[in-house]
Amino acid sequence: MDKKVKAKGTGKVFKRIMKELFSAYPVMFPLVIVLIVLSSIGAAIPDIFIQKVLSIITDWYATGDWAGAREHMVPTILLLIGLYALSLLCVFAYTQLMAVITQGFLSKMRQKMFNGMQDLPLGFFDRKKTGDIMSYYTNDIDTLRQLVSQALVSMLRAGLVLLVVLFMMLYYSVWVTLVVLLGVVAMTIVSKKMGGGSAKHFIASQIAMGRLEGYAQEMMNGQKVIKVFNHEEEVKKGFDSLNEDYCENMTKAHTFANILPPIIGNIGNILYVIVAVVGGALLIYKAPSLSISGMTFSISIAVTFLNMTKQFTGNVNQFSQQINAVIMGIAGSARVFELMDKEPETDEGTITLVNAVVSDDGTIREVEEHTGTWAWKSQDKGEVSYALLRGDVRINDLDFSYSPEKPALHNVSLYAKPGQKVAFVGATGAGKTTITNLINRFYEVEDGKIFYDGIDINRIKKNDLRRSMGLVLQETNLFTGTILDNIRYGNLQASDEECINAAKLSGADDFITRLPDGYDTQLNNNGSNLSQGQRQLIAIARAAVADPPVMILDEATSSIDTHTEAVVQRGMDKLMEGRTVFVIAHRLSTVKNAKAIMVLDHGVIIERGDHESLLAEKGMYYQLYTGAFELE
Amino acid sequence: MLKTLLKSVREYKKPSILCFLFIVAESVTETAIPFITASLANAINDGATISEILRFGGVLLVLAFFSLLFGVLGGVFAARAAQGFAKNLRQDMMYKIQTYNFENIDRFSSSSLVTRLTTDVSNISFSYMMIIRTAIRGPLMLIFSVVMGFYMGGMLAVTYLVTIPILAFCLILVAKKAMPAFRRVFRKYDRLNESVEENVRGMRVVKGFARQEYEKKKFHDAAYDIQKEFTYAERLVSLNTPVMQLSMNINSVAILFLGAKFVIEGRGLNMNIGQVSAMLTYGIQILMSLMMLSMVYVIITISLESGNRVCEVLNEVPGLKMKEDPVKEVPNGSVDFTGVSFKYSEKAKRYALQDIDVHIRSGMTVGILGDTGAGKTTLIQLIPRLYDVTEGEVKVGGINVKDYDIRSLRDSVSVVLQKNELFSGTIKDNLRWGNEDATDEEIREACKLAQADEFINTFPEGYDTMIEQGGTNVSGGQKQRLCIARALLKKPKILILDDSTSAVDTKTDAKIRAGFKSFIPETTKIIIAQRIASVRDADLIIMMHNGTISHMGTDRELMESCQTYRELYEEQMSGTEEFGTASVIQEVPVNG
Repeated sequence: MDKKVKAKGTGKVFKRIMKELFSAYPVMFPLVIVLIVLSSIGAAIPDIFIQKVLSIITDWYATGDWAGAREHMVPTILLLIGLYALSLLCVFAYTQLMAVITQGFLSKMRQKMFNGMQDLPLGFFDRKKTGDIMSYYTNDIDTLRQLVSQALVSMLRAGLVLLVVLFMMLYYSVWVTLVVLLGVVAMTIVSKKMGGGSAKHFIASQIAMGRLEGYAQEMMNGQKVIKVFNHEEEVKKGFDSLNEDYCENMTKAHTFANILPPIIGNIGNILYVIVAVVGGALLIYKAPSLSISGMTFSISIAVTFLNMTKQFTGNVNQFSQQINAVIMGIAGSARVFELMDKEPETDEGTITLVNAVVSDDGTIREVEEHTGTWAWKSQDKGEVSYALLRGDVRINDLDFSYSPEKPALHNVSLYAKPGQKVAFVGATGAGKTTITNLINRFYEVEDGKIFYDGIDINRIKKNDLRRSMGLVLQETNLFTGTILDNIRYGNLQASDEECINAAKLSGADDFITRLPDGYDTQLNNNGSNLSQGQRQLIAIARAAVADPPVMILDEATSSIDTHTEAVVQRGMDKLMEGRTVFVIAHRLSTVKNAKAIMVLDHGVIIERGDHESLLAEKGMYYQLYTGAFELE
Repeated sequence: MLKTLLKSVREYKKPSILCFLFIVAESVTETAIPFITASLANAINDGATISEILRFGGVLLVLAFFSLLFGVLGGVFAARAAQGFAKNLRQDMMYKIQTYNFENIDRFSSSSLVTRLTTDVSNISFSYMMIIRTAIRGPLMLIFSVVMGFYMGGMLAVTYLVTIPILAFCLILVAKKAMPAFRRVFRKYDRLNESVEENVRGMRVVKGFARQEYEKKKFHDAAYDIQKEFTYAERLVSLNTPVMQLSMNINSVAILFLGAKFVIEGRGLNMNIGQVSAMLTYGIQILMSLMMLSMVYVIITISLESGNRVCEVLNEVPGLKMKEDPVKEVPNGSVDFTGVSFKYSEKAKRYALQDIDVHIRSGMTVGILGDTGAGKTTLIQLIPRLYDVTEGEVKVGGINVKDYDIRSLRDSVSVVLQKNELFSGTIKDNLRWGNEDATDEEIREACKLAQADEFINTFPEGYDTMIEQGGTNVSGGQKQRLCIARALLKKPKILILDDSTSAVDTKTDAKIRAGFKSFIPETTKIIIAQRIASVRDADLIIMMHNGTISHMGTDRELMESCQTYRELYEEQMSGTEEFGTASVIQEVPVNG
């Protein structure tokens, strides 16, 4: 990751962050900058007035005439108060605005990432571990938050104060300013070294943390296995070495971060001494003074200079403490941008799916509401035409591979007429799931064509293509929400009644109504409070409520007890009735009544036919069926 | 809570104390420095000679050197102490978790344990560092500065007594208001991230139902909700800066004005310019330290919750008590349940097992059938004492399981769990869990018996093939067979398979059972299954229902006496003898 980030260039990433900030808050953000500039000037200038007051004291203290001195002093002090008030107003305004901007900006970035992610091809999710994707939303956004909410403002402000103070120093004396600048050079070198070292170790410790977390996650999941095998000691050993590694990196990172402020602060103290000595020498030896104001170097100027040196150091310290956050923030943002810049799924399709009504004379009319009838709507040079969705799927000479060296499908051709059921049978990796992945365009066909009701599926809008097919996957994924919400996921317009009917059809109604909260039962954590079989039933109901003419089913293999399995089986059978179905079959009953059975081996269809004819063939299917051949 | 947590400091007590001392020393030198600088400014003001300036400068340099030294050392020890403490805390938690029995494990979800080990410990260690560095430094600086202020400025220092309470009051008010808001936000933030995770895991469903827009809307609402709350909390905290600045400003003006009055009225005899400027510096230091304290307060309160969550793990009492002077040798593989009842928690109304009486002779093969929730898994988990019985007793080899050394018992009783796990590492590494010192020959033998050798050999890397986390790169049936081989390597006296061949095809399943019969005849085999074929040839078949044993006997006896068994038989074995409903089973990886 680091190399990529560096290659991309820190500056570019920083520019991008600024651009995003400006475009998110075109008025507020510049306003904040103006306010920060004003408040920084406001923070530096009071020293002039303080110097003035002090010089008045110097002039008057010998007299002891407080009343006289007060007259001279009050206007200055009033000016000072006015200046303080103005600066305070600026500070108040920009801190409040910045709170709004930071959170708004982060929210926007999160949404941009999430929205972009929804349109990424499935290959992205297959390649990345869930934990990796999650760290975009947690770690990387967090570093961005620190960068925007703290580091940017602090650095800008500290930098500006430095500039103003520098100017004022020049205003008083060029010679002494040069001395101060010498100190700045020293501080810069130190902070660069320390800050860089710290950030390097922080990034290293994040990687170490990732490893530690992965290990802990794996062991926590397998805790029962560990117990059964008396494997506790080995687990401890493995954990200890990762823990030690992380601790070492974190200690180094924090050491660098901790010792930077005292070093800068005390370089400041040394600088103070040097300024005092140089100032004293200038006073005593009456060296020719050089300054913007043309003032000669005086005692009160010397004292003010000492104060300014302090302020200068303080601000360098503030500036340097943010280096860490900036380096980490830039690395984090680079990853965030990388996710946002990922190529989305291509979709050149134009044909859409609409609800339709067929009148007696056979003409198709588009309607808003769900009718249970759909039509493909194509627009050609302004001319709209409709064709009924029937569920006729033809696959011609399909070739496909996930990676160049491993072909997954070769020369696959098949068809399913409306209402027919096609079953895929074969070993792991034979290509069963791949075929269905191509039909609903989870992956793009490499070579060959798929026609849907006579239309090349590449011409159909992806989402409309997918809406036309129901989907039950082998692994059930449910979402946080009620059971009813989860069923309605299949058809957002469905009424409660329609959802319940779908549950009845799939056989889920029985167990749902027995739950204390029935359909309003809240599901969390992928429905972990339900059994495997119950979750499958909900997934079937979810597909049923969509009620499309085509279904893709991947039968689950996980073991559920015979009773539930029978219920699931009945639900599946109901779902398949009267539809074109592609099913990845693991159960003989499913295979038996399929119109066509495709036996796949290494991406090639090696046998096809119905149950009887395949048995008669005495080939692979026969061997599978009789258990004489081991799959896998 | 504090007591529990602080136990983990251990060898890092020394750096903690050293850090403390150095920070105190640093604070002392740091407060002394303005005293010297003031004198220096005064000296210059009074037209000091270079040698005088050099003298003050020399003292200042010495002070700066010590301040630097103490500051750096303090920082070094602070990092070491806080990170070491965190390391120990994580280690203590992990070790503690390793002592958990199944009952304890059931109580925590694995992801919550991981969060406690990582995020929560980091929070605690951060606030530990804040405490040993800032929490001491803050009040010290405050006190020193006030004392020095009075020493130098006399009456002028009264201004501090006005500004300090005002600032303190405002800071506490803000912190009090902001804390609950932050806590709410963080909880919501966690939930938002959980929903992202859900979305990523369910991406096939999202795309399959073309629900991308719906998901975006859902996320938008949640993100916006957080944005609102977070903005509120952050705006509150942002009040700190202007409030701080206001107090500083008031302080400066007051000191300047009153200072001028005192100096001029006293003709510079009681007080001089240097003192006034030192008072300005002390004022800033005092307010800074207050600011620091309020920050520490916020950080500590945030980490309180983390502390509680960590303590929950550390204070969990492992349910199993081992007997003193336990039996270390399991004489044989007989199992006896006498009057056993069991419930998962004391509060549970329902018994998971009730009145179980079963006697299994060493070397027998026993099959257990029954629907979900019948208590099959619960029953066998009592044998290696994964849970303790509520009533009655379980004996292994004629001795009560509670009298055994738990390691010896579990070494002799090998369970292949229903929800099984392989770990990242090679196949060989995984198998060696069964027996660390197993030779390649022994490993191969176990795999042959589990019918795994054949498919392992088809992998290009053979036994050195890497298994990915969670075992996702082998199919379900392969995983089950590897788990059986792993259990066999223990050479147990009792082998328990909890529905461990469900994804293996019938033919291989039969081969595994035949192998058991001829190669490990003296081992007691207990097999839980869904398929009747898997248990038909057992010496004893136990039918379970609702936590009780409904029928027991051989295949022949049950065919006569048990209607459920007969029905099951007819349902599964109709038609061809060996090929049940599940004879074409294999698991497909998600992107297969």
